[in-house]
Amino acid sequence: MIEIEELVHVYSGETRAVNGVSLSIGAGEAIAVVGQNGSGKSTLVRHLNGLLRPTEGRVAIDGLDAAGRRVAQLAGIVGLAFQDPDRQIFAGSVRAEAAFGPRNLGWRRDAVDAAVAEALTAVGLAGEAETNPYDLGYSSRKLLALASVLAMRTAVVVLDEPTTGQDARGVARLEAIVRSLREAGRTVIAISHDMRFVAESFERVVVMRLGRIVADGSPAEVFAERGWPVLRSTNLEPPLAAVVGARLSLGSTPTEASLVAALVAGQPGGRTGGGGR
Amino acid sequence: MLELRQATYRYAGYARPVVHEVDLRVDDGEIVGLVGANDSGKSTLCLVASGLAPASIGGELKGTLTLDRTPAAGLRTYQLAERVVIGFQNPNTQRSGIAATVFEEIALGPINLGLSVTETVARTREAIARLRLEPIVQQDPQRLSGGQSQLVAIASLLAMRPRHVILDEPTAQLDPAGTQLVGEALHALAAAGTSLLVAEHKTDLLEGLCDRVVALDAGRIVLDGPAGRVLGDPGLVALGVEPPSHVRLGRSAAAAGVDRARIDVALQ
Repeated sequence: MIEIEELVHVYSGETRAVNGVSLSIGAGEAIAVVGQNGSGKSTLVRHLNGLLRPTEGRVAIDGLDAAGRRVAQLAGIVGLAFQDPDRQIFAGSVRAEAAFGPRNLGWRRDAVDAAVAEALTAVGLAGEAETNPYDLGYSSRKLLALASVLAMRTAVVVLDEPTTGQDARGVARLEAIVRSLREAGRTVIAISHDMRFVAESFERVVVMRLGRIVADGSPAEVFAERGWPVLRSTNLEPPLAAVVGARLSLGSTPTEASLVAALVAGQPGGRTGGGGR
Repeated sequence: MLELRQATYRYAGYARPVVHEVDLRVDDGEIVGLVGANDSGKSTLCLVASGLAPASIGGELKGTLTLDRTPAAGLRTYQLAERVVIGFQNPNTQRSGIAATVFEEIALGPINLGLSVTETVARTREAIARLRLEPIVQQDPQRLSGGQSQLVAIASLLAMRPRHVILDEPTAQLDPAGTQLVGEALHALAAAGTSLLVAEHKTDLLEGLCDRVVALDAGRIVLDGPAGRVLGDPGLVALGVEPPSHVRLGRSAAAAGVDRARIDVALQ
């Protein structure tokens, strides 16, 4: 689906924001990209829809070199929701904002309407269709930016820091959206500093540091105790469930469910042998 | 000391107020955390506590804001800025857009307070060191990552050495190390006598940072007390607030019939 080979990106001759990244992402995979501030995560994903072009290396989407495609062509395959929604939002109403993408893809009106309705419902903004986006709070504008991407029904959905500014209900909503995208077989790539969200919702975690990938594996692998030095080298901490599991010698328990299962198994009367998944 | 009494605020053009009858006092050296669901009025309360609402953005405030016993209503905007600073949720809103380097961006606040060049440079350097921004001081503020922008915005506030600080989700875009740095910087400010009000979704951070936590629901204060008690309150979840990780884990384990003490042991 996505092949990144030896990607380097240098901003105006100074920083090597991405410094030799190779990454292969299969169709339907759910990947979280994590790493310290300024480690190159946002720069990396902006190559996927052609917003940035490689300084060196190659990005191929569906077997075709992204360099040979215009942003408009890539927009039908890869949807990217920005970290800062105000860099994305411009329309006069929530509905018009969400409709902009599919309309530009040349869809018929009823198809646009259906996609917009579905996307606004998914993010919980169906009741705000006529509202001016700038009358919404920051967290709702972020959800609107996400809805605008969902409405294009792209095969690949890229989310840059989706949980930022969201309350508990907003995070639960995002978890549900990621789950339904995965069930629909779509590829989901998310950047996040929220390790609990990452562990609970993604099957693969790519860890970046100084523009390079320093770890790549399942949450159970990346958040296992032996992986902590790498995480800490890029300013991250494992989720609390993983820390508790390690301290109680229960194996790698990156998620709350895996920790609780291991605790139950290790209790008198429970299954013996403990161990996370 | 910063004090709101019976503060009810309505935005210009709104039919109804967004915050209602809020009584809130933040003492010198105190850090008060502010939690609540999105749209519970946290950001609006931050604007009201900073005096920007209504002084700068209009609207109608009933009740009073008092800063060190001076009513904010009688202060000009520049006099407000000398007493209280606010850090917005989105650091891109805060950036001046006129500074060529991160150093200049951070120096703008003290310069605008009319301080000498020597004093401005000293304060700017101190803020840079506090948030370990040395590697990026010569960079263009427009070309920073989201987290770097947020640290620069907070450094800009620190350089003003404010008496009162209002922060609306100061660590939303920060990695855990950046979040910790900001926490340490806020502790240092409080130790020097600054009063701080910090709205955050990261209850793990607030638990270690705050003396007191206040929870808002539909524009009203519904919980107010010591951080541990409010953040451990069973009613917090119904307000749309994520409890601290250890509280959450403890509850999940208890629900599965696991002895909570086993988790508590691991957390010590």
